[in-house]
Amino acid sequence: MPVFDLFLLEALINGIFLGGVLALLSLGLNLIFGVIDVVWICYAELIMFGMYGMYFLYTVYHVPIVLAAAVCIIGVGLLGVLLHALVIAPLLGAAPINQLLATGGVLFFLQSAATVLFGVEFKNLGLRLPVLKVAGMFISYSRLLAFAAALIGMVLVYLFLTRTYTGAAIRAIAQDRQIMPLMGVNARRIYLITSALGGALAGLAACLLVLQYDVHPFVGLSFGPITFLICVLGSLGNFGGGFLAAFVFAEIISVGGLYLDLEWGYVFAFAFFIVMMFVRPEGLMAKRS
Amino acid sequence: MTRYLPWIGGAILVALPFVYRSPYPLHILIVILIWSFAYTSWSVMGRFGLVSLGHGGFMGVGAYVTALLWNYQGMSPWLGIPLALLAGGLLAVLVAYPCFRFRITGHYFALVTLALSGIVLQVITATRDYTGGSLGYTPERHQGGSSLWALQFGEKTTWYLIALAVWAAGLYVWYRVERSMLRLALEAISEDEDAAAATGVHVTAEKLKITVLSAAMTALAGALYCQYQMFISPDTVSGISVSLQMVFAVVVGGIYVSLGPTVGAVITILLAEVLRISFGTRAVGWDNLVYGILLVLFIVFLPKGILGSLLDWHRRSRWTSS
Repeated sequence: MPVFDLFLLEALINGIFLGGVLALLSLGLNLIFGVIDVVWICYAELIMFGMYGMYFLYTVYHVPIVLAAAVCIIGVGLLGVLLHALVIAPLLGAAPINQLLATGGVLFFLQSAATVLFGVEFKNLGLRLPVLKVAGMFISYSRLLAFAAALIGMVLVYLFLTRTYTGAAIRAIAQDRQIMPLMGVNARRIYLITSALGGALAGLAACLLVLQYDVHPFVGLSFGPITFLICVLGSLGNFGGGFLAAFVFAEIISVGGLYLDLEWGYVFAFAFFIVMMFVRPEGLMAKRS
Repeated sequence: MTRYLPWIGGAILVALPFVYRSPYPLHILIVILIWSFAYTSWSVMGRFGLVSLGHGGFMGVGAYVTALLWNYQGMSPWLGIPLALLAGGLLAVLVAYPCFRFRITGHYFALVTLALSGIVLQVITATRDYTGGSLGYTPERHQGGSSLWALQFGEKTTWYLIALAVWAAGLYVWYRVERSMLRLALEAISEDEDAAAATGVHVTAEKLKITVLSAAMTALAGALYCQYQMFISPDTVSGISVSLQMVFAVVVGGIYVSLGPTVGAVITILLAEVLRISFGTRAVGWDNLVYGILLVLFIVFLPKGILGSLLDWHRRSRWTSS
């Protein structure tokens, strides 16, 4: 048994990269939850539409990839606004579980709309990024890129939330939904901006995921649930917790997938989640009261 | 007259296959009855605000435990199904106990149970050497597919009567819950857990009871589905889409009325069949497209579901006329 296992190290590094993308996914969901207090069960399906957008723009219509990515980010952002205006806004006063179920309906709708519009075939970008070979380990360039872009995206969101007036208003609404409208913050406008931002983050995630994975109408089911678990584990609405949980999950999936199949990585991650619910039901980062 | 209505309806349903023997409509009826039972099982706990997205997992456990015990141990489903129910119940305790103990409610509970249906799906897929993975799994046929020992029947009529009996039993459980102290306790809990606990309701125990009941019933639905269809795959009996489908049908039919889930099953299955027959393979996806839109519209405009709203309307018009 070697002390220093190269495969393990490779899995760990890949886990960190995966963690970056998962952190980006959970950031969008956390933002929506923290501010609007709604869980978008259909979040991964928005990403799926973004992935299709990338596929059609880049592979079918040969739009330059950076422009295609920009269009996708804006497009999915608009989808987020639509989702909020059409589904969430009429339900803001209803029981939270109804909002969750309504977005479940949107999940069905988006999945089958993709099936009807694009068919069930797997599509990919047809773009092969080189694989880096560092010290005998294979590191996928697309993962590295995804990791870097995810980090940049997160930093930008952080700066937006902390350094701009609108960002301050968003954080204020997240702290107290009742009082802030009295202080002259237009809650409806903030909700729409947050939905757009959440959607745009889904769009960014789509641009990065499409580099690594084939897109098909049910692709959302392969990373949607894990995103929710990350958010719950990191305490819904807590950005730092979500960030930490994303890396913990990614490592479990990556290392578990090294020793057994990839599905076992997911099983371990899910099981870890349930065990953590016993141990720390308020989430990883929650302060004990 | 209304007192005898269930009995008359029941008698008509029992007599139906002896009068009308066309296999295809009978097949649809059996499928509707089995899913109605599954949806009723969900609504037994769902109506108290315990929205579980993990019932796909319980259904998968019911189906796969029964089929695996039959194929590998040669254990008759007569013994395998009770074991499957036990497994479903145990799984429910394992997940629900910490949830209730640590007061994970509302969307947190929904998301934790979502994890459960994810786990069951992934475990079935990962153990593909035994379960066939996502390609599906078939219980071995015994004596040409018609044997009481193996609970396999070639006759659609037999299956219809079994499904009818189980469905009726499901409704009976629903009524028993409706008339029990458990229901009062759970309604108090769904209003306010602290207040309920203060009046002496054992919150965790009461919630756990209904969850185990609901999970075991759902596992039975899974086992029944497996025995009838003789083919199960992770996508049709477990996983998140099945869980969501249950919630959807119940919400559409009516979550607070006994026949709501059944109405939901009738509507969803007929809709899928009509679309499939009239559009053939082009209809792939259209049924879910319609479901998705309907689900959103129902939650926004008719949160009590079709049957619930109809009954409300009926009751109101009776009050105003008298």
